[in-house]
Amino acid sequence: MRTITNSTGDKVSDDIILEIRDLHIEGRTSETWQRIVNGVDVTLRRGEVLGLIGESGAGKTTVGLAAMGYTRDGCRISKGTIRFHDLDLVNASEKQRRSILGVRIAYVAQSAAAAFNPAHKLIDQHSETGIQHGVLSREEARADAMELYERLRMPDPQSIGLRYPHQVSGGQLQRAMTAMALACRPELVIFDEPTTALDVTTQIEVLAAIKSAVEQFQTAAIYISHDLALVAQMADRIMVFRNGDLIEEGQTRELLTHPKERYTQDLLAVRTFHKADTTTETTDVPLLEVRHLTAAYGKSPVLFNVSFSVPQGRTVALVGESGSGKSTTARVISGLLSPSEGQVLYQGVPLLPTFGQRSKTQLRRIQMIYQTPDTSLNPKQRIRKTIGRPLAFYLGMNGAVRDSRVRELLSLVELEPTQYIDRLPGELSGGERQRVCIARALAAEPELIVCDEVTSALDQLVAEEILKLLDRLQREFNLSYIFITHDIGTVRAIADNVVVMSQGKVVEIGPKTEMFTPPHHEYTDLLLSSVPEMDPDWLDNLLADRAD
Amino acid sequence: MNNLWTMVAQRIAFAIFTLFIVSLFIFLGIELLPGDAAEAILGKTATPETVAAFRRELGLNLPLHTRYIEWVSNILQGDLGISISNRMEVSHQVGIRLFNTIFLASFAAVISMPLALALGILSALYRNTVFDRTINLTTLTTISFPDFFVAYILILFFAIKLNIFPSVSMIHPDTEFFDRLYRTLLPAITLTLVTVAHTMRMTRAAIINLLASPYIEMARLKGLSPARIIIKHALPNALAPIITVVVINLAYLVVGVVVVEVVFVYPGLGQLLVESVGKRDIPVVQAAALIFAVTYIFLNLLADILSIVSNPLLLHPRR
Amino acid sequence: MNKAINGFMKAPFTSQLGLVVVIVYAFVALAAPVLAPFGETEIVGDQYEPWGGEFLLGTDNIGRDMLTRLIYGARNTVGIAFVITSLAFIIGGFLGMLAATLGGWIDQILSRIVDVLMAIPGLVFVLLVLSFFGTAIPVLIIVIAIFESTRVFRLTRAVAMNVEVMDYVEISKLRGESIWWIVWSEILPNITAPLIAEFGVRFTYTFLFITALSFLGLGIQPPIADWGGMVRENAVLITFSDYTPLLPAAAIALLTVSVNFVIDWVLQKASGLKE
Repeated sequence: MRTITNSTGDKVSDDIILEIRDLHIEGRTSETWQRIVNGVDVTLRRGEVLGLIGESGAGKTTVGLAAMGYTRDGCRISKGTIRFHDLDLVNASEKQRRSILGVRIAYVAQSAAAAFNPAHKLIDQHSETGIQHGVLSREEARADAMELYERLRMPDPQSIGLRYPHQVSGGQLQRAMTAMALACRPELVIFDEPTTALDVTTQIEVLAAIKSAVEQFQTAAIYISHDLALVAQMADRIMVFRNGDLIEEGQTRELLTHPKERYTQDLLAVRTFHKADTTTETTDVPLLEVRHLTAAYGKSPVLFNVSFSVPQGRTVALVGESGSGKSTTARVISGLLSPSEGQVLYQGVPLLPTFGQRSKTQLRRIQMIYQTPDTSLNPKQRIRKTIGRPLAFYLGMNGAVRDSRVRELLSLVELEPTQYIDRLPGELSGGERQRVCIARALAAEPELIVCDEVTSALDQLVAEEILKLLDRLQREFNLSYIFITHDIGTVRAIADNVVVMSQGKVVEIGPKTEMFTPPHHEYTDLLLSSVPEMDPDWLDNLLADRAD
Repeated sequence: MNNLWTMVAQRIAFAIFTLFIVSLFIFLGIELLPGDAAEAILGKTATPETVAAFRRELGLNLPLHTRYIEWVSNILQGDLGISISNRMEVSHQVGIRLFNTIFLASFAAVISMPLALALGILSALYRNTVFDRTINLTTLTTISFPDFFVAYILILFFAIKLNIFPSVSMIHPDTEFFDRLYRTLLPAITLTLVTVAHTMRMTRAAIINLLASPYIEMARLKGLSPARIIIKHALPNALAPIITVVVINLAYLVVGVVVVEVVFVYPGLGQLLVESVGKRDIPVVQAAALIFAVTYIFLNLLADILSIVSNPLLLHPRR
Repeated sequence: MNKAINGFMKAPFTSQLGLVVVIVYAFVALAAPVLAPFGETEIVGDQYEPWGGEFLLGTDNIGRDMLTRLIYGARNTVGIAFVITSLAFIIGGFLGMLAATLGGWIDQILSRIVDVLMAIPGLVFVLLVLSFFGTAIPVLIIVIAIFESTRVFRLTRAVAMNVEVMDYVEISKLRGESIWWIVWSEILPNITAPLIAEFGVRFTYTFLFITALSFLGLGIQPPIADWGGMVRENAVLITFSDYTPLLPAAAIALLTVSVNFVIDWVLQKASGLKE
């Protein structure tokens, strides 16, 4: 947290540059206008960093864009004022608005890959802002760009700008976009979930770059995210949103230590769910064993000598970043991909490599749940049929027997049967759909469930509930889980054993209690330390540590 | 770059292969006819001996593949055979007719393409305005009209009632340029009306799709002027889809020419084709069909190659 | 049923009108023998009699009643176009689904064949075949159906593949479901909207194609009443400022426009639902 002081130590950052009063924004669905933002006030001072936090649909991006006087297609400002210095952004002309966009207020989008034009080089898109607004000449703009690339610690700062967007990695692209936003030294930069699409280890570099840039140029910033721990690192002040309403607002440290509202407290309490430690050793043959798996997609190898086992009634977490091979391992286990070497053994018996070769019973015992409930439920099938089909197919249930079992299963996943049984997936929320997926998996009466990033697409609070549900079901039915995730917090919450993977290899393996105490493998260390914590000084401390 | 040229080479190879299949088809088709060329040329009154002798002379008793190769090599040298109905060299007739058809198609293209592109881009930019909706309605209607309907309406009003233009396009190889333009105007307009609608709709769809891209929004958020956004950001990415649309519609034009030529009795290749099918003048049908097929395949190949070459993702591959 | 009527009420005016027109045409096509005042090929008067009196729309080039011919034309032209489109759908749709779900070399081979067929200009292809085999109606139907089935194949394959990569299809495969169950229960219900729209589009293309062929004298042969042929037969009247030849042409245009309006609406609804 910075406080800008002049030479005598007094705070001079009292100039208000942005003032939003009673903002109401509506969005249009095919028939009606619905409220997205309901009466929000925002005040921003020179050099101040404001964090906007909330779950999906909270309206934070909409408010962030509104700070530029911009609304997306299908949205309109129905009430309220937005003032940037003297300029009334709601009633300003197109020309007036254009004169400040990019120059005095800049935007950093969530997906840099989508926000850069594939037809032009990075440096051209960067210099364009300055040149078009008449602020810089072409040579000045290009030289400044390279300097910014260097300040943001990008590789090859002199030449990286000459590349095209798709020739550069995600983390580098995000920093290039930050550089582009700073090209004209704006007074305010709006960061819209800039690290959400990145791996946890890449995220640190980008966060550090953003933080240092904001400090160096004394830019005011609005930092939008769904991750409170992340925002805590960057912001002086935080505003908590929910469903278009402002829930709470306060200075960062104050908010984190003394949250006033229940919702804020819930957000802070996230990741405090921990399953009961299971200390009883299971000496039986492990339910599933993976031995020396090596696999490839066509010619590109993706797994190298992967081995681990899943004890009965326990959860093994496969954790790693994108490209680590964790999902590929799941595909080999389920028989979607044949390994070139190695075996998968179920209760000591080797499983045939492709699912088409396996018996119905073998298929029944291993069930999968996927990440995005949008694509894992047939949108035209009612819940009754979705859950009923495995019952009919595996267990030969029909008629009234099947119907009552479907209802039973719905209750098990905490969905009221009569209310849900005849619905279509489109009518359900993300969390509800995931529960239906769990019910479908349970219908087969499996022994092992492979959960592939099942909570990654859900809001934190909803995800928490799903984890608790899975935990309960495990104890009740003595289920084993393979839990694939990139999120350390989830691992801490639900795992018994942990397998850390990186680039197709197993890096470290062991019980959870061992994993979270050093000494670690280097990569595990990197992974664990990259997870943001609710301490506002966490990032600074981490960077200081790593600099040594 | 490697990837790019591989793709281009693949497309070319495919086009050649298709051409080969088409030529086979055209050539073999004759084999399925009852009777053969010799009988057709000599007529029913000829004696079996005369027919047999003629057959030997024409080389009809040689094995199939030999005849095919000979046929192809003849074509490549410009010899398209002899017409059954008028005993003249096909290549001579076809040459003149082809020129006329190209003239008509080009005339129509020169009017329709710029018009369609302009309308398509404008209606995409001013989406859902009265302008856009009117154009949308009009084009939806026009693409539903059969070509001959449009043609006859034009004839009825401009040729018969108002008597400004001729209803039948009498042109000869030595018709002077502007006179030619005058006589070809009605058929050209008919063609235009039909292709403008299709091209405009496709262009509009392509541009709308493009304008929804996140990088266009980003350009707006950088405060760039609308002109700059369109020219610098939209256009380079619009090139590939628009080129595809234009060339595909040119190919479509080639085929649409046939009906229009018949209505206006325009001495083009299409009209010749239809006439010859009616008269069962096989060599002419073969030649005309082959030329149309070659043009169509070539234009589609051009569309493919141009869209590959103007795609920024392929031009600058990952290193 | 209620949902359908509800949907209809909300449709734009042009689409409502279009649907009504289509239904009227269907009715005329089916009830032709009952509605027509005279026989289809019956010669009832002199050539080119003017409109009015016994012959509401006059007579044609050999003295048959225009109105009767128009009515029977609905049955013949629309009927044949419908049959061809259905056949094209059966062939193209089935093969398209096969290619999408089975993949592998079946998909490769089928796609290559379709690519080659699509690279040949339609009119030329059909004219060639007709000049070789003659213009009998079964030949016409089969040739055009094969030609149109290539487009249907492409579309079906594309939309089926979009569904095939979904997780819920993978789950069914992992369960051990047969390919038929997957196609029937998982894929088909999710591609009905684009398929219906495509049926409409194919119908208009086929319909216009048939009438163009008949107009050129190469499609449905006289004395069968067919709108394209009728334009051709009576074309000479244009030179006398008579609108009669435009009647069958307008009948063609009206149906095509109506179907297009209906398709436009179906497509709008389908894409609207996705959001």
